[in-house]
Amino acid sequence: MVAKKSGRNRGGGGGGTAAATEVSVEELARVPLQAILLADSFATKFRPITLERPKVLLPLVNVPMIDYTLAWLESAGVEEVFVFCCAHAKQVAEHLENSQWFAQPNFSVTAIESNNAVGAGDALRLIYEQNVIRGDFVLVSGDTVSNMSLAEALGEHKERRRKDSNAIMTMVITQSKTSPTTRQSRLGTDELFMAIDPDTKQLLYYEDKSDKGTVSLDKTLLSDHPSIYLHNDKQDCYIDICSPEVLSTFADNFDYQHLRRHFLKGLLDDDIMGYKIFTHEIQSNYAARIDNFRSYDTVSKDIIQRWTYPLVPDVQFVGNSSAKLDRQGMYRASVVGQSRSAQVGPFTVIGSGTTIGSQSQISNSVVGEGCKIGANVSIEGCYIWHNVTIEDGCQLKHAIVCDGVVIKSGVILEPGVVLSYKVVVGQQFIVPAYSKVSLYQQPIKQDSDEELEYADSSSGFMDASSLSGLPDKLKEESTIQLSESQLQAASEVGSGGVGFIWSTSEGSHEEEWRHSVAPIPAAKLLEIMHTSNNELEVVQQDGNLPPSGELERDSVTANSNDYDDDDVDVKDDYEVFENEVEATFKRALEENIKEDDVILEVNSLRLSYNLATADCSGALFYSMMKSALSAPHPSPSDLVKNAATVITKWKKLLKYYLPSIDEEVGLLISSSDPDEIEVILKFEEMCLESAKEYSTVFVQILHLLYDKDIIQEEAILNWASEKEGADETDKLFVKQAEKFIQWLNEASEEED
Amino acid sequence: MDFQVVVLAGGFSKTLVPLVSKEVPKALLPVANRPVLSYVLELLEQNNLKDLIVVVESESAALLIGGWISSAYVDRLHVEVAAVPEEIGTAGALRAIDHHLTASDILVVSGDLVCDVPPGAVAATHRRHDAVVTTMLCSNPVSGSTESGSSGGKDKAKKHYNIIGLDPTKQFLLHVASGVEVEKDVRVQKSILREVGQMDIRADLMDAHMYAFKRSVLQEVLNQKEAFQSLRRDVLPYLVRSQLRSELLLNGVQSEENGNDKDASQNPKIVLSQLLANASTPSFHELHALGPNGFSLSPRKTHKCCVYIASKSNYCVRLNTIQAFSDINRDVIGDASHISGYSFSAQNNIIDPSAVLGSKTTVGPQCMLGEGSQMGDKCSVKKSVIGRHCRIGSNVKIVNSIVMNHVTIGDGCSIQGSVVCSNVQLLERVVLKDCQVGAGFVVTAGSEHKGESLAKKEK
Repeated sequence: MVAKKSGRNRGGGGGGTAAATEVSVEELARVPLQAILLADSFATKFRPITLERPKVLLPLVNVPMIDYTLAWLESAGVEEVFVFCCAHAKQVAEHLENSQWFAQPNFSVTAIESNNAVGAGDALRLIYEQNVIRGDFVLVSGDTVSNMSLAEALGEHKERRRKDSNAIMTMVITQSKTSPTTRQSRLGTDELFMAIDPDTKQLLYYEDKSDKGTVSLDKTLLSDHPSIYLHNDKQDCYIDICSPEVLSTFADNFDYQHLRRHFLKGLLDDDIMGYKIFTHEIQSNYAARIDNFRSYDTVSKDIIQRWTYPLVPDVQFVGNSSAKLDRQGMYRASVVGQSRSAQVGPFTVIGSGTTIGSQSQISNSVVGEGCKIGANVSIEGCYIWHNVTIEDGCQLKHAIVCDGVVIKSGVILEPGVVLSYKVVVGQQFIVPAYSKVSLYQQPIKQDSDEELEYADSSSGFMDASSLSGLPDKLKEESTIQLSESQLQAASEVGSGGVGFIWSTSEGSHEEEWRHSVAPIPAAKLLEIMHTSNNELEVVQQDGNLPPSGELERDSVTANSNDYDDDDVDVKDDYEVFENEVEATFKRALEENIKEDDVILEVNSLRLSYNLATADCSGALFYSMMKSALSAPHPSPSDLVKNAATVITKWKKLLKYYLPSIDEEVGLLISSSDPDEIEVILKFEEMCLESAKEYSTVFVQILHLLYDKDIIQEEAILNWASEKEGADETDKLFVKQAEKFIQWLNEASEEED
Repeated sequence: MDFQVVVLAGGFSKTLVPLVSKEVPKALLPVANRPVLSYVLELLEQNNLKDLIVVVESESAALLIGGWISSAYVDRLHVEVAAVPEEIGTAGALRAIDHHLTASDILVVSGDLVCDVPPGAVAATHRRHDAVVTTMLCSNPVSGSTESGSSGGKDKAKKHYNIIGLDPTKQFLLHVASGVEVEKDVRVQKSILREVGQMDIRADLMDAHMYAFKRSVLQEVLNQKEAFQSLRRDVLPYLVRSQLRSELLLNGVQSEENGNDKDASQNPKIVLSQLLANASTPSFHELHALGPNGFSLSPRKTHKCCVYIASKSNYCVRLNTIQAFSDINRDVIGDASHISGYSFSAQNNIIDPSAVLGSKTTVGPQCMLGEGSQMGDKCSVKKSVIGRHCRIGSNVKIVNSIVMNHVTIGDGCSIQGSVVCSNVQLLERVVLKDCQVGAGFVVTAGSEHKGESLAKKEK
């Protein structure tokens, strides 16, 4: 309650924000501190719950998330907040209206609604157009829980701005080490690599999604900054203090959507504008964003354990009915009907109007208001929202149970289960681990682009705003509408149950266990450790030297992997080239393009990929054989026939690239034409890999090529002799062609 | 014996031609009128490291250097001079003298180092962490020293620094890039970053080429990786990058020091409690070896690479370019005069009592005039070093220059920013600006040279 008061008393001028700076002129020109609150995370992590309610309204320890954010902003001295709502905008606006936020003195909340924003970028562009931001502002999302004081960060920001007008943003970070095994933070976010100048705190590098094994810093960075700290032990709080330039940057770059992936990357990479981003590290204060179920779990626990003070259940900060703190971190609302034999364990919050039956055990959980918990129920590590009915003998472990859910007797929820609004689980049913159950069917066509999640939510079958906040009658109707599908769904969650179990095998999502509220099972940890160990070994075995202290290119060591790298590049290039040639050739076949034109095209391809003529002949031959293969061929002999027709038809093309032995040059010099050998080698490779059908007719094709004067006998003989020293397996085709070669040999001798 | 010291004295470095000649190998180049090698040797002597192996490239250089050492340090140091073939690199040189190495730790020092950083401190750091290698880092000199192995002037006189990655406590070496790698983007392994959490990447530190190695490790690496040529470019980066998954045998080296380690490896949990019990926090190496949650599937092998960072006030420069040669000479009789070991006069200069000055000749502060040198009338010397037995005429100006021994300078010469080697004759009215004159060269009267390198053609 203390903090609440101090927040109010802030009237004395910006609660010691930037106003604290000594320059009085600035004091005069002072604009009220503004904040933009994005009430939409533009992500799908909280599905299926977010199909019905916006994420910011989900209760976190029985209080909607957005209230935590607003309460913090108010206490931190923000005077004007623009709440940008997109998904379920009506619900958010309604919530704000019903809450006391609109009635606060010195704290104005304005809702900005939009239905077509697909990312933070769109939101900021819209706000930019509205021209409401007049000075530095705080940019947060509506799922932030924090008790940090903005004064220090703001002061730093303004100070920097005065010296350097390009310092347009200050990011708040905090200490947090990711787990070495799972490589995710306790909030379930991916590991983050940042480079920061230790003196100026300028952010130089930011990488949160990458599978590469190395961090690569631009060499120019070090010439400007003699010392750079590379961090893996920091966490991004997603609290940004921005100058108005941030908005105009978004307006200028209409393709920026994601705050970090687009905006931050763009600013760090681009040095035309010269904008700089700085960091502010908070030491003792709390700041976290609820990004997924795991962070929901973590932040809830932090709130219960009072890290977020004064935003804790027993302090009434906004609209929450205060609970009383008992020993062992137990919060209990004033009106709780608890049976004498029920055990309510440590670190648990029980909402008002909830009844708990005899012999039930609850620990490390949050139970909302108006819940009915039967007898012999065990609840551990669960988040049970409001008006939930749990019948006798149920066992719940690490589950999220939304409003209005009915869990019939004897049900077992395995760890990581999410039951969305009004789901009914049938008697004795065991809900498998990590399953998500909703009244809505899983959208069949999952849009892989998570940025677009809410784009479609306003249209189609799930206009969810109609579900809640409407008169009961309508609600009933909507349930009736659902009833048809419920009949089908009944079997999915036991007899008498209602709801669909969403399949968890959504390719685009991380494995469920990473982001669920359930702790990661030990078996899984072991598994990861195994794989990571193996990875290390693989890296070692490859001799693939990691870059730190990588051997120099010019050092004489044979170990250097630089050469391998180059090889790979060339190969890739060649493959692309080959595909291009194949496509060209296919088109030539289909559209009957003249040879000369094909030659022209292939030549230009060759130049653009910087390859030799020998590569052209190989690639062309490859595409010819491929086309022969694609024609129907019931038997091997038909295949040969196909090949023969193709080769005959396009002989000229091949010959162009195989400068045959011209009479004028003389017979003797050309004895080892590399291009022709290239064709044979290519063919051999095909037989072994891509087109095994040819392996049986290798000799016939070879003969064909010889007959058609595409390949000279010298080339074949050279090929044979080249292969002489090779492995037995490599000699497979030489052996096949043995007779032919012998014949050639004899023929040439005769000629001599 | 605790530490064995290997001084890599190089040979006839090509980057230092014409200063280096057949008579003067790099190690014997004069810095304030005494060979550069003497600075390292005396530094080691001060730290009570008296058992030295001086490795010299080529026999002829070894003879010259050996001769000098035996005359100068006959009673004071126990020095062994070993000759190795040319162009085999620093690692090659150590490989060649492998059989001489017996102590448990080896201190490798470059012979061209002029510094006042105590090697004893480096050795102590090495011992304290039980590291496989400890390297000494110093702040980059303002003038910008360039890199080149003491073994041979393979590197072009390009200006580039080392890129060094350190842990937050600035004790361990996590990343090292040198040579051409410095020109590329900095690429840091994430795996090591994950263990450490934070890495300080610095471009303002120079690898001073003073290393302490664990002998068994050094020999193992040199024997197994035959392609390794340079300590700085091959051996050190190899050790740094494999520190969290060591391939080294470390045959009981660690447990020698601490008997507990042996059974500890069987029960990592005990180690953890031991580590926690020991007031010092365990380094990330030990934690990594234990694996997450205090147990790992297979014991992970780690080894430590440590650094000793010289403080900014220390002087530490390597003589590996002509520029560095001039700079060091100037510094040793100027700003870093404590290294020289001479006592300066009230005018802040050193004029040997046997030197003869003509009338109206002035020798400014931060100058040195060697024994038996004579100067004519109306001469002026500023910020310069003049060697022994030089004959200098009248009206000669010498500014910011180094004149070695037995040099004859005619009347009216002007020498600025130049190096004049031994036995050179400058006839009358020669004007030199930013020149190097090789030993025994004769500069014709009245000639003017600017930014040239003058030397006799060697056959």
